[in-house]
Amino acid sequence: MTIKLYDDEITSRFLIGTALYPSPAIMLEAIKASRAEIVTVSLRRESGSEQAGQNFWSFIKDSGAKVLPNTAGCKSVKEAVTTAHMAREIFETPWVKLEVIGEDDSLQPDVFGLVEAARILTEDGFQVFPYTTEDLVVAEKLITAGCEILMPWGAPIGSGRGLNNIYGLRSLRAHFPDIPLIVDAGIGLPSHAAAAMELGYDAVLLNTAVAKAGDPVLMAKAFALAIQSGQQCYQADPIEKRDMAAPSTPVAGLPFWNQDHA
Amino acid sequence: MNILLNGQSLETQAGSLSELLTEQGYGSAKVATAVNGTLAPASMRNEHKITDGDQIEIVAPMQGG
Repeated sequence: MTIKLYDDEITSRFLIGTALYPSPAIMLEAIKASRAEIVTVSLRRESGSEQAGQNFWSFIKDSGAKVLPNTAGCKSVKEAVTTAHMAREIFETPWVKLEVIGEDDSLQPDVFGLVEAARILTEDGFQVFPYTTEDLVVAEKLITAGCEILMPWGAPIGSGRGLNNIYGLRSLRAHFPDIPLIVDAGIGLPSHAAAAMELGYDAVLLNTAVAKAGDPVLMAKAFALAIQSGQQCYQADPIEKRDMAAPSTPVAGLPFWNQDHA
Repeated sequence: MNILLNGQSLETQAGSLSELLTEQGYGSAKVATAVNGTLAPASMRNEHKITDGDQIEIVAPMQGG
């Protein structure tokens, strides 16, 4: 079952970051193990003498994955828009994972700047993947600005806390049943990713939980399994919680039954 | 003239953005450029004149989450 992200049909529900791995070789192995079709990348200042970015780019091309450039670290609309323009030129894609950071400790999105930058970039032909919160009003404004995908955080970037606001994420899913929703950031464990998919989210984007694991390749596999498991759970329509027990073994015909059991 | 290249003060004789990239050893590297906060497209680097005090960013693909 595929998911439509703007003009592209994607099969894998796992989007993976390319930062923080012990080595480029392990990064490539982890990407392969994740079966992700999309990897996030960024832009940084390049030195004419070192040219570190050129080696990285050759590794990413070898992975065969589609790239989703981010605007990580941008704190203003202007910075984010210019970074997106540079990313479009260098990566030759209209996709941009739009981040406008509003607070240093939590790396919480500046949702006001985010909406404004999303509008500017959409009008300029970009296909924006906005890194946002689970706020319903902000989500509506992002869609009005032209976003066809929403990427609410699970928890602060790199925190590994999982889904901080399950109620809010569930509400977002319910309010926007036809918009692709991707939980982005804060995932620490495969169970967190599975929980996001069990809520009906379309995909999960994460980086640190794999890259900083003791065995990133094995962790990538674990996340791939969890994400697939959560997706199938949602499709299978799980039971509702209840407060009291309900016997699974049929009661009718119970041996030794008598009125005292009633 | 003096410019700010990737946040560092630099004395340069380059007249255009293309000349600056050559002067600073970028060669054919895959980079994007911005001048004074706005994209300077690769296709315009020959024509893009550098003036004293310009703030120039030269960026390349990098790991990201």
